[in-house]
Amino acid sequence: MNTTSYTFAYLDEQTKREIRRALLKALAIPGHQVPFASREMPLARGWGTGGMQVTAAVIGRNDVLKVIDQGADDTTNAVSIRQFFSRVAGVRTTTRTEEATLIQTRHRIPETPLRPGQIMVYQVPQPEPLWRLEPSRAETRRLHALAEYGIMHVKLYEDIAQHGRITLAYDYPVLVHGRYVMAPSPIPAFDNPKLHRSPAIHLFGAGREKRIYAVPPYTDVISLAFEDHPFRPWKAEAACALCGSTESYLDEILIDDRGTRRYICSDTDWCERRRTRGKTA
Amino acid sequence: MYVAVKGGEAAIEASRALLAASRRGDRTLPQIEVAQIEQQLGLAVDRVMGEASLYDRELAALAIKQAQGDLQEAAFLLRAFRTTLPRFGASLPIDTARMTIARRISAIYKDLPGGQVLGPTVDYTHRLLDFSLITNEEPPCAPSAEAPLDADMPRATAALEAEGLLTSEPDDGRTPPDLTREPLMFPASRAVRLQALARGDEGFLLAMGYSTQRGYGSTHPFAAEIRYGTVAVEIVPEELGFPIEIGDITVTECQMVNQFKGSKTEPPQFTRGYGLVFGHAERRAMGMALVDRALQARELGEDVVAPAQDEEFVLSHADHVEASGFVQHLKLPHYVDFQSELELIRSLRAEAAARAETALKAAE
Amino acid sequence: MSDLPLLSVRCLDVRFGALAAVDGVSFELWPGEVVAIVGESGSGKTTLLRAIHGFIPPTAGSILYRSDRFGEIELTRLDEPRRRLLARTEWGFVHQNPRDGLRLSYSAGANVGERLMAAGARHWGNIRAQALAWLDRVEIDVARIDDLPRTFSGGMQQRLQIARVLVTNPRLVLMDEPTGGLDVSVQARLLDMLRRLVADLGLSVIVVTHDLGVARLLAQRILVMQRGRVVEAGLTDQVLDDPQHPYSQLLVSSVLAA
Repeated sequence: MNTTSYTFAYLDEQTKREIRRALLKALAIPGHQVPFASREMPLARGWGTGGMQVTAAVIGRNDVLKVIDQGADDTTNAVSIRQFFSRVAGVRTTTRTEEATLIQTRHRIPETPLRPGQIMVYQVPQPEPLWRLEPSRAETRRLHALAEYGIMHVKLYEDIAQHGRITLAYDYPVLVHGRYVMAPSPIPAFDNPKLHRSPAIHLFGAGREKRIYAVPPYTDVISLAFEDHPFRPWKAEAACALCGSTESYLDEILIDDRGTRRYICSDTDWCERRRTRGKTA
Repeated sequence: MYVAVKGGEAAIEASRALLAASRRGDRTLPQIEVAQIEQQLGLAVDRVMGEASLYDRELAALAIKQAQGDLQEAAFLLRAFRTTLPRFGASLPIDTARMTIARRISAIYKDLPGGQVLGPTVDYTHRLLDFSLITNEEPPCAPSAEAPLDADMPRATAALEAEGLLTSEPDDGRTPPDLTREPLMFPASRAVRLQALARGDEGFLLAMGYSTQRGYGSTHPFAAEIRYGTVAVEIVPEELGFPIEIGDITVTECQMVNQFKGSKTEPPQFTRGYGLVFGHAERRAMGMALVDRALQARELGEDVVAPAQDEEFVLSHADHVEASGFVQHLKLPHYVDFQSELELIRSLRAEAAARAETALKAAE
Repeated sequence: MSDLPLLSVRCLDVRFGALAAVDGVSFELWPGEVVAIVGESGSGKTTLLRAIHGFIPPTAGSILYRSDRFGEIELTRLDEPRRRLLARTEWGFVHQNPRDGLRLSYSAGANVGERLMAAGARHWGNIRAQALAWLDRVEIDVARIDDLPRTFSGGMQQRLQIARVLVTNPRLVLMDEPTGGLDVSVQARLLDMLRRLVADLGLSVIVVTHDLGVARLLAQRILVMQRGRVVEAGLTDQVLDDPQHPYSQLLVSSVLAA
């Protein structure tokens, strides 16, 4: 197939309109999962087809696109998705968070604070925050409609009873705008506070599960917890071996088979920018 | 300084080139032609067309070649192509009663109008490897029938319907929803269920159908009829206002009839499990028909107790493009989440150890 | 007792096809009152209870309930969000089989705490303190608070279910054969406990039972059901000691199988 025979950003205009309608509905009802007719994409289900459809629906010729996976611009899937949009939309791409107008991400929110006008697009494997407690999506839909979230708190209660703390480390459920419990996608709990009253638009696309949801700018996003067991964002107690950052989320790297470890920033752009400014470990 | 190894663009390009070389294999051998695949691996082509929901033998053969014979990958390739195609319109429903029959059998009547037509089938071959295929010996000429088949080949279920013994399923005249253009929601209509099953993974349909035969949602099935052949596809162009044929497709249809003792609202009768798939694919059509019947449990007031009767379970897991993608996405990096789990496990262990130590001291 | 009934059931019918499982039943339940519905298997008593709770839609009739929250409401026309809200705040349903009313893969404490959390409690320590207090109140060793109910005996499971239902101080509790399936000695202890709790909390209770001993011990009034109809109603002692209807007489003389 010759790629020139595809329309701008791959999806046909009718499909893009459909997705944009779903996005508008999602923005109007923050945290509510809107079913949409997820298309087959030239990428495997579970590899970001939801995020790609959202990006394809909102991207314009003047957008500057950044794609990250695990916080890094150069991981294979990020490279693959960035290449795809370079090819089918011909847009400018960047690795710099502040330069990007559109950031498609898997599993991280950049460390650089987002600004008004920026759009975050999340790849979501499982949009249903209650799925481990109730597998039937017909039933979870009802629970959301009635705002019956007792079962979620039962799980959190039980964690503390059995382990002394809430044992969720990523995809940590949040309450959006005081109404819907939402899965923030598998970002580390460390990133959850970045969603709260964020000036950016946050769009979540679950391609395989055929759901879209959103957090509009300046919306309350509260991580579920108890008054006497408040939410705590976790990270490794270490500094980046490259830039010395102690406030960014760190990846652990094994450097031999005896368990010797180093930590480096998961956000590669953040780390590079710090080093250009002369910061070192 | 150790730097994390991350796959750059160069690595991805190199991987694609390696894949192409691996597909080509030994370059001293001639490349397999797409037309050869279409002709000589026809059942693979049929399966790929069915699971991709796209009737195009040549593109299906191309997908098989590109996927190195991995039929699930081939169906995925064809689906990703299908999604970009414009829709010109919908055909009229095909009429399998007017099928040009290649094969037609009924297991519920010894004989019936039109007769039993064996056609091409592996059913009565002995499964012995045919070594003559290694040397590419030409097979003998195909036999031809002494008389043409009956022009009238009514479906085996027609007599049961006429007697009122089989559930009547009249056309309600509504346009069925398009599963590839509307999200799957529960409870799903039968039209949506049949669409999902028709493109479902053959292995899954087979396993689910098989499970009903072993008591997990028993449906007492009889294979009323299996027919395979070509049917005309007709559309009604707006400017003409009457149907015109735009081509023929090959399909396999399976109708199972199932004993039903009746309910408060329905008299005792037979119910129908229906399978209709592209190409010659009897295993697929029969699996589909068994599962279709099992999924009618709710409407027929039967207890939903087995996996094959649970429409949310069946329809959410029948699609191998989704299943394969999600299983294999575990290959993608997950080190950010793993890191957060590592930190959690370490701190839980530290806290547990501290508690144990405190308890020990208290005991002393 | 207030001068208005908490619940007024009027001409209630529940039909399954041609079968009238509940046929023109009317009765009232007053605040703080315990009413027992007795009858043999198939008399429609459990169907009646489930229809009142909204598990089964009635075919005809009216159920008027005086809610703290919503005032006087007609339950047969109540929308689902409000019904479910009432079900987890003002009402409680005790299932015959405790496994139907418990979350078996969560600890005893989580089971008792669930309704508190559903009602908005967000202080873990307080939730746990209330769970401990309730376990103690239903005579479950508080050391078992973090154990799973499936490790409990049948009697303990039933007491846990009762604690889980009563923790939010419901006004109306519906019980379906609460002592069914338990050994006689275990039954006696449970009944004793139930009687105390009902009195202490001033609960209004409808208890369905085939066991006249349960009815005598718990209830002030009795409705006798046969083939979907109430054939006799009155004060417990009156009905049990001087039954008027032939079916009640048979029931009391223990001729009928449960």
